[in-house]
Amino acid sequence: MLPNRSDMQKAPIYKMTPTMKIKNQMIQELKTCVSMENVTISYGKQEAVKNIFCDFPNGEVTALIGPSGCGKSTVLRAINRMNDLIDGCTLTGRVLFDGVDLYKPEIDPVEVRRRIGMVFQQPNPFPKSIFENIAFGARVNGYKGNMHDLVEKSLKQAAVWDECKDKLNESGYSLSGGQQQRLCIARTIAIQPDVILMDEPCSALDPISTLKIEETIHELKKQFTIVIVTHNMQQALRVSDKTAFFNAETKKGESGKVGYLVEFNNTEDIFNSPTQKSTQDYVSGRFG
Amino acid sequence: MRGIPVSESETGSFSQRKRSSSEKLLDKSFKAVAISLAATVAFVLFGIFLVVFSGSLESIGRYGTEFLFTSEWNPVTDKYGAFTAIYGTLVTSLLSLLIAVPLGIGTAIFITEDIIPEKARYLIGLMVELLAAIPSVVLGLWAIFIMEPFLRPFFVFLNNNYSWLPFFNTEPLGPGMAPAIIILVIMILPIITSIARDSLNQVPIKLREAAYGVGATRWTAIFNVILPAAISGIAGGVLLALGRAMGETMAVTMIIGNSNNFSWSFFSPGNTIAAMLANQFGEADGSQVSSLMFAALILMTLTLLVNIFAQWMVKKLSLKY
Repeated sequence: MLPNRSDMQKAPIYKMTPTMKIKNQMIQELKTCVSMENVTISYGKQEAVKNIFCDFPNGEVTALIGPSGCGKSTVLRAINRMNDLIDGCTLTGRVLFDGVDLYKPEIDPVEVRRRIGMVFQQPNPFPKSIFENIAFGARVNGYKGNMHDLVEKSLKQAAVWDECKDKLNESGYSLSGGQQQRLCIARTIAIQPDVILMDEPCSALDPISTLKIEETIHELKKQFTIVIVTHNMQQALRVSDKTAFFNAETKKGESGKVGYLVEFNNTEDIFNSPTQKSTQDYVSGRFG
Repeated sequence: MRGIPVSESETGSFSQRKRSSSEKLLDKSFKAVAISLAATVAFVLFGIFLVVFSGSLESIGRYGTEFLFTSEWNPVTDKYGAFTAIYGTLVTSLLSLLIAVPLGIGTAIFITEDIIPEKARYLIGLMVELLAAIPSVVLGLWAIFIMEPFLRPFFVFLNNNYSWLPFFNTEPLGPGMAPAIIILVIMILPIITSIARDSLNQVPIKLREAAYGVGATRWTAIFNVILPAAISGIAGGVLLALGRAMGETMAVTMIIGNSNNFSWSFFSPGNTIAAMLANQFGEADGSQVSSLMFAALILMTLTLLVNIFAQWMVKKLSLKY
């Protein structure tokens, strides 16, 4: 069973942690939402990313950037066990969520996804009505409250309520691409996860829709921990607090590339004073 | 033929800027051939319909709608009614569909989801498709000698315990509608399974991910997202199977008993239109031919209606994604 995050945050730390050492550890855990410890993900025998150590802070936006094929999306999808759906995808190392290893055998991946929601690269509403698109996820998660209120609240939070309010019974596909993506964000918000993962949410959208989604992300940050994969460095700069730069290298004697984490720091530092040369090259647009 | 003017410098390295007139002629003649071939299909269909219709005119004039509701079929007194065959056709095809649809769709779900390893799934899919390769006469023989004797205790059980139902109230003695239904199930199962599997495979991955991404369990994802998205294709396959079941001749003729004496019971020998046509056309003459043509016309109309209904249903059910 996954720990209930809200209980943990409410509980006074001094009561639960008699010794200094444990107290520090608890604070550390509350600050860190998801933590990767020596994570290596492979497709079949081919390693996609290798030896990732990374702590995604609680209540902040972390951006994953890097050239194509460096395994950013793979890392992202590992956080809510979406990679389980891919045949032959295996993971070694530990992915900790509030200190619990998400890949322990007794952890149910469905439960993981109910706590860690995801927005995909391509807008993918269900071929159902707009209302049903939001209500489906909520119902799956056993939501007992007023469904109309939840739908309205979620659509408002995702800044798509004005476009949807008069056609809640029309298909989700009657919306434009940008609106569909915000509908998908609303769908994720509606299940009230602790973390929202976004896999290049704006790559299929025009600049205006992109800007709206970025504004939405700024709003959501107050309530959720967000991890976002993006190819757009300006976007990483605009929305994120922390940035992880991934790169890939071709190993000798192998055909594919293996991704690895180059640098992980505050977004400002990554863009202004990176410590690694490849980071400097990438953020200044010299390659990738 | 003059087209867009081409400058000298351009023609230098590209020889195909200007399409030759023979190539254009080839395009035109290909179009003409395609149209005439397509028209031939329509003509043949229309021709068959015309022949069957004109052949049955005599019988239509003599019996009219009475033909549909009387079950006497007597070449000696020249009195014909096709109710037994129509009842047999509808009962065998609809009941076989009722059994084959859950089986077929269930199998399709099982082999498109990753419940068991890929290789095992592939093997099951292959087996189902091989089922379709068995000639119907072989299936008929198998039904007579193995399947029917094997299933008879079960039929007897139904007869003993539920004989108050008119459908079970005669003693199972051998050939009859019940074994015909079972053999039809075996024959239409591959159609339903393979079409349902293809439709399920065509559901975009992003839709599956959407379902799992909001925390749906496998069953919720299948029944609330994946199946509804594939339903139009599946419905099309089911109706195709219904058409096949109504028209299937050989195996059904061998096991159904070919009796024109009407009985509600599934265990008594019965008849289908297709089986009746196959059995009687050889020796028929005079007005019997016309009556058989009438029965054929009914069968054609039934399958046509099923097909039109299928098209309509597929259009109605298809979801935009």
